Amino acid sequence: MKRSLVVALCMLVSMTCARAQPSASPADFRLAATCPPGFELSAAGGCLLRTLYQFYDSLQERGVGGLRTALPAQRDGFTPQQIDLGRYLFFDPLLSADGTLSCASCHHPQLGWSDGRPRALGMGGVDVGRASPTVWNVAFLHTFFWDARAHSLEEQAAGPLYAEKEMGNTPEQLVASLNANAVYARLFREAFPRDDGHITATQVHTALAAFESSLVSLNSRYDRYAHGDHAALSANELEGLNVFRSFVARCAECHTPPLFTNQQVAVLGTPEPEGRPLDVGAEKTFGEPRLKGGFKVPTLRNIAKTAPYMHSGRFTTLREAVGFYTKGRGHAIPPGVAMQPHWHIWEPDLSEQELDRLVDFLQTLTDETFSPPIPPRVPSGLEPVGTSPLPPALAGAAVAPSTHQGELR
Amino acid sequence: MTRTIVLAFVFALAGFAAGHWYTKQGTPAREADAARVAASYEGGFRADRESAAAVGERLASGSITAVAGTPGEHEIVVADGESIQEAVKRAAPGTVIRVRPGTYHETVYIDKDAIRLVGVIEQGRRPVLDGHGKLNDAVLYSGNGIVVENFTITRYKGNGIMGQAGNNFEIRNNLIIDTGVYGIFPQLGKNGIVEHNVLSGIEDAAIYIGMSDNIHVAHNVVFENVAGIEIENSRHAIVENNHVYDNTGGILAFITPGLPIKTTSDVIIRNNFVMRNNHPNFGAPGSIVAGIPAGTGILVMAADDVVIEDNIVSDHKTAGILIVDHTNAANLTVDPESDPNPDRVAILDNVMFRNGYDTIPEVKALMLSGLQRGEPDIVRVGPGAGSCILNRARYVTVGLDDFGVCGFGNTDATVTYLLPPVPPRVIEPGERGKIAYLGICSGCHIYGGRMVGPPVQAIQALYMDDPQALADYIANPVRKRDDYPEMPPQDYLDPETRLAVAKYMLEVRN
Repeated sequence: MKRSLVVALCMLVSMTCARAQPSASPADFRLAATCPPGFELSAAGGCLLRTLYQFYDSLQERGVGGLRTALPAQRDGFTPQQIDLGRYLFFDPLLSADGTLSCASCHHPQLGWSDGRPRALGMGGVDVGRASPTVWNVAFLHTFFWDARAHSLEEQAAGPLYAEKEMGNTPEQLVASLNANAVYARLFREAFPRDDGHITATQVHTALAAFESSLVSLNSRYDRYAHGDHAALSANELEGLNVFRSFVARCAECHTPPLFTNQQVAVLGTPEPEGRPLDVGAEKTFGEPRLKGGFKVPTLRNIAKTAPYMHSGRFTTLREAVGFYTKGRGHAIPPGVAMQPHWHIWEPDLSEQELDRLVDFLQTLTDETFSPPIPPRVPSGLEPVGTSPLPPALAGAAVAPSTHQGELR
Repeated sequence: MTRTIVLAFVFALAGFAAGHWYTKQGTPAREADAARVAASYEGGFRADRESAAAVGERLASGSITAVAGTPGEHEIVVADGESIQEAVKRAAPGTVIRVRPGTYHETVYIDKDAIRLVGVIEQGRRPVLDGHGKLNDAVLYSGNGIVVENFTITRYKGNGIMGQAGNNFEIRNNLIIDTGVYGIFPQLGKNGIVEHNVLSGIEDAAIYIGMSDNIHVAHNVVFENVAGIEIENSRHAIVENNHVYDNTGGILAFITPGLPIKTTSDVIIRNNFVMRNNHPNFGAPGSIVAGIPAGTGILVMAADDVVIEDNIVSDHKTAGILIVDHTNAANLTVDPESDPNPDRVAILDNVMFRNGYDTIPEVKALMLSGLQRGEPDIVRVGPGAGSCILNRARYVTVGLDDFGVCGFGNTDATVTYLLPPVPPRVIEPGERGKIAYLGICSGCHIYGGRMVGPPVQAIQALYMDDPQALADYIANPVRKRDDYPEMPPQDYLDPETRLAVAKYMLEVRN
C-alpha cells in the first residue's frame, strides 16, 4: 500500500519519476502476491482466468462459434510472482543485446500491444519484415507468428529475443546479464522458488509467457452485446455485425467469435508495400506451395488500436483493410505467382456503405480495461520500454502513466 | 486437374496390378455377405454419462422428432407490411413469432434463445422473404432453440438461413429459391433438424451442414444446385429420405481442410433418391464445390465412417458414388491437422444404374490401367483404410479392390442421432458471481486500493448486508463520488447474475 502511494504520487506529480533511474533502490522491486484483474488465485497458488465466456460451451471444445460460445482452452495457472516478474522483463531493455529494445518496443500497451508501424524495427532500426502482432489474448492461441511456426508462448518468446535482426541476444548473454543483476536474482528466486537459484533462459521464457497470458481483452461493447445487452451496439454497428457475419462478406468464417480468429492459416493474396518482395509466409513453415502467401488469421480484438494492417502493414486504415476483400479474388497477386487464395476470398461486391459499417463494427471490439501498468522502473535501471527506436506514435513523449494509477502491482 | 491425373495414374500403376489379381483370386462369396446382413451398424453417438443401454434405446427408438423444446405461450403476429425484425427485438425467449403471408424485404437476425419464426400459410400463400438481390442473408441466428419454418426465401446474395453456433435448431418446410451461396447453413451447432425443405438454384450447397454434431437432414427436395446436401466437418449425421436431383453433385460428405474443426465421421446416407445430378457446375471460381465433376451422385471426400445404404443412385455421368482423398481433389488447400483419407466407408445395399456413362478422364485412366471396362457406378481414388462393400458384384466398381465385406448389413439400430434439447452449461449462482466479479468488476476495482473505481472495501462498507441494493446500483449506476468517473451500467447481466456478483463482491476479503 505504501509503495502504491509512492508510485501514484510519482505519476501524478512528475513524469520524470516514471522514468527509470539507476539509483532506484533495489528493495523497491517487489513482485505482486495477487493475481491480475480477471484472474482468481487457486489453492495451488496459480492465477486462473475468469470470464463470462465460461458460462458457455463450444462445439468440440474448439472455442469457435457465435455470440455465446466458450473460448478455446487458455494458458493460465502461472503464479502472481511469475506474471509480475514477466512484466518487468517485458518492459526491460536488458533483454536485448544492446540494451535499447524491450518486448514493449514492438508491443506497446499504448499502441494496442503492437507498435503502430507497418513492420517491426529491430536493433538499430532494422526492418524485420513483418508487422508486430498484438499480444492481447495470446493465452488462447495455439500457434504463433504470422507464419504459424511456433507452438507455445515460450517458443514464441525465444524467437525475437535471439533473432539477429530483432533483439539480437543469445541465451548465454541474456542469462549472464540477468544473473549479474542482484534485483533479478532475488525476483527470479521468488518467482521460481523450487529452482536452484540460478536464472535460466527457460525461466525467462516462462515468466514472459506468464505475463503475456494475463493480457486478456474480453469486455468490449461487442461482448456486452454478446452476453445479452442488445442496446450495447448502435444501429450502424449492428448493421456492421450483420455484414461481418453474413455469407457475403464472410469475415466471421475466419475471424470467428469469440476470439475473432479461427487460428487457421489462410491465403489472402494481399499486396506487399511498394518495393517489397513477396512474403511466402506459411509456405516455408509447412514446405507446402499451396500455402504460399498464407498467414495465420489474426484476432480482430482491439483491431482499431493496431493500425497499420496485414502481415507487412500494407493498409494504413481499417477502411482500406476491409476494402481489400471486395476488390476481387486474387486481384493483388503479382503476375506469374502461383497462389491459391482461400475459398472465402471471393467477390462479395460490398457497397461503400457496407464497408463503412464493417469499420463501425470493428471499433466495438476495443477493450483495454485489463491493460497492466508500465512499470515506472525496471531492475536493470534502463529506460522502461527502451530508448531506440521508440514507436513513432510515442516518440518524444514520456512514457505516460497508466490509467491504473497506484495499482498495487 | 493435370496434377490430379498424374497422381491418379501413379497410384493406379502401383496398386492395381496386385489389386486386380486379388479380385480374381479372392472375390468374396455372396453367401458371406448374406450371413452378415442381419447385423446393424453401431457407429453410434454416446452423450456424456449416458449408459450403453440408454444410448441403444435412444438411437433406435426415433422418438425424438423435435429438438427446440416446447413453444412458450407468448405469441407475436407479424402482418404484411410490418417488420419481422421488430418482432424479434420485442420477443422474449420462448416467443412464437407468426408471420402472415406477404412479402418481407429484410435480414432477420436472432441473437436470443428459443425464438420460433413460423410462417403462416393461408390457402397455399406463404410469407416471402425477398432480398431483391441486394440483401445479404435472409435469416441469421446465433441463439439456441431456434425454429424457422414455412417461409419462401428468394433473391438473397448470401445464405437463406444461416446459423452460427445455435444448438437445438429446427429448419423446416421452407422453399428456398435462388438465394446465392447456401440455402440452409447451420454452422457450429449441435442437435438440429433440417427437414421438408425445397431448395433450388443455389450456387454452392443447397443444404450445408458445417462443423456441427448430431444432425438430421430428411425429406428435403433439392435440385438444380451445385451441391445438393453437404455434410462437412461434422459428426453423427443422418441424411435420409431426400430427393436429390439435377444438381452438379448430389450428396456430399466432406472434410474440408483449413477449418478449425477437423473431422467428419459417422454419417449415414440412406433411403435417398439421388438421380441425374449432371448439372453443369456453376460454383463460384475458387470455391471447393467448383471442383466437383458434374454427374456425381454421392461424393465422399476424406470423411470417415460414412455408411451408404438403400439409396437409389441413377443416371450420373461421372459416377454414382465417388470416394476421394484430399490429394486427388481439386481446389483444396492443405492442412497438416486434418486426415486427408476417407476411412471405413461402408457401402451397403443400394440400387445403382446408368452411372458413369460419360465419366471424367481421370476415371477413364484409372479403369484403363486396371484393364477394366464398363461404366462405373462406384469409383474410389486415393488411399484410405478399412472400407467395405456388400454385394459388390452388382455394380461396376473402380479402385475398390481393398474394400472388404461389411460386417453389418443395415443401419436399423440407428434411427436418429438427435438428442433431447442440449441444456446450457449449468453454473451455480456462487460461481456465477465470482466469474462475473473477476471477469468484469476486477478491471476497475481492487480490494484495498484505488483503480478506476473505488476500493471494494469502501463498497463493502457502504452496502454491508444489502446485496440487492448493490445489484440494483450495478444495473443503474449514478455518480456518487466526484473523484471517480461514473460507472457504466452492467445491465446486460441478468438479475440473477447481478445479485450473485453483488453478494460475491460483499464477501471478498482480498
